[in-house]
Amino acid sequence: MRGNDREAAVRRLMEQAPPPVPPEIHSEAVRRGERMLRRRALARRVLWLLAFAAVVAFTVWALTARPWVEPPSDTTPPLTGW
Amino acid sequence: MRERHASRATRRAREFEAFVAGAAGRLLHAATLLTAESPDDNPRARRLLTLALAHTYASWDRLRGEDPYDRARQHLATRFARGAWHQHGGLGRARPHPGSPLAPLTPQERLILVLRLCEGVGEEQTAALLGLSAERVRAICHRAATTLLHRSRNPATAVSATKATPS
Repeated sequence: MRGNDREAAVRRLMEQAPPPVPPEIHSEAVRRGERMLRRRALARRVLWLLAFAAVVAFTVWALTARPWVEPPSDTTPPLTGW
Repeated sequence: MRERHASRATRRAREFEAFVAGAAGRLLHAATLLTAESPDDNPRARRLLTLALAHTYASWDRLRGEDPYDRARQHLATRFARGAWHQHGGLGRARPHPGSPLAPLTPQERLILVLRLCEGVGEEQTAALLGLSAERVRAICHRAATTLLHRSRNPATAVSATKATPS
């Protein structure tokens, strides 16, 4: 049997009466899809909030600690008695 | 902003309903062939289809011109492939129904046969979707077709042959 004939024969085998589609599939899919969308929106919001909090925390720390200012040297003893 | 959001939601609901009305029958047929259940009693196929449709609904606004049918079919195939792997050799959970035409095949053979012949997906696309090479897809498709045709021609000998071969 040639390739195309074989494929046609297999296709015929797979053709059967299509199963009836229950109507609740649509509503169930919409319900689950909505829930997925809500969860994604929630996750996005939480991540944005976290990022915002991290930025605020860093700014506050940087303004209080001032890491760009050269720290006062404390290895050399102070010169006194000149 | 809120108004635009609401109008988008109603448009999505309308378009999705039309899509389901048009595509659910064909997808359910494919899913029933995949799970090798009888057409009248197909809880696994329905569950697969519901999950695939739910994912399609959730990604509806980001399709950007992509075919939603294609998206749903991809979800169906990958979810079935993952599930079949977990249930491989499970305690009779995924035993094929004898009334299904694809009952003598393994889940992977069913998946490839349905995608290639029933849905008409190209060899390269099937291979990319399942993470196999195109040659392997062709070989599995060929083997599955041979098994099916051999069995449909002489069912009595085929049953003993499939039982005799170690799986």
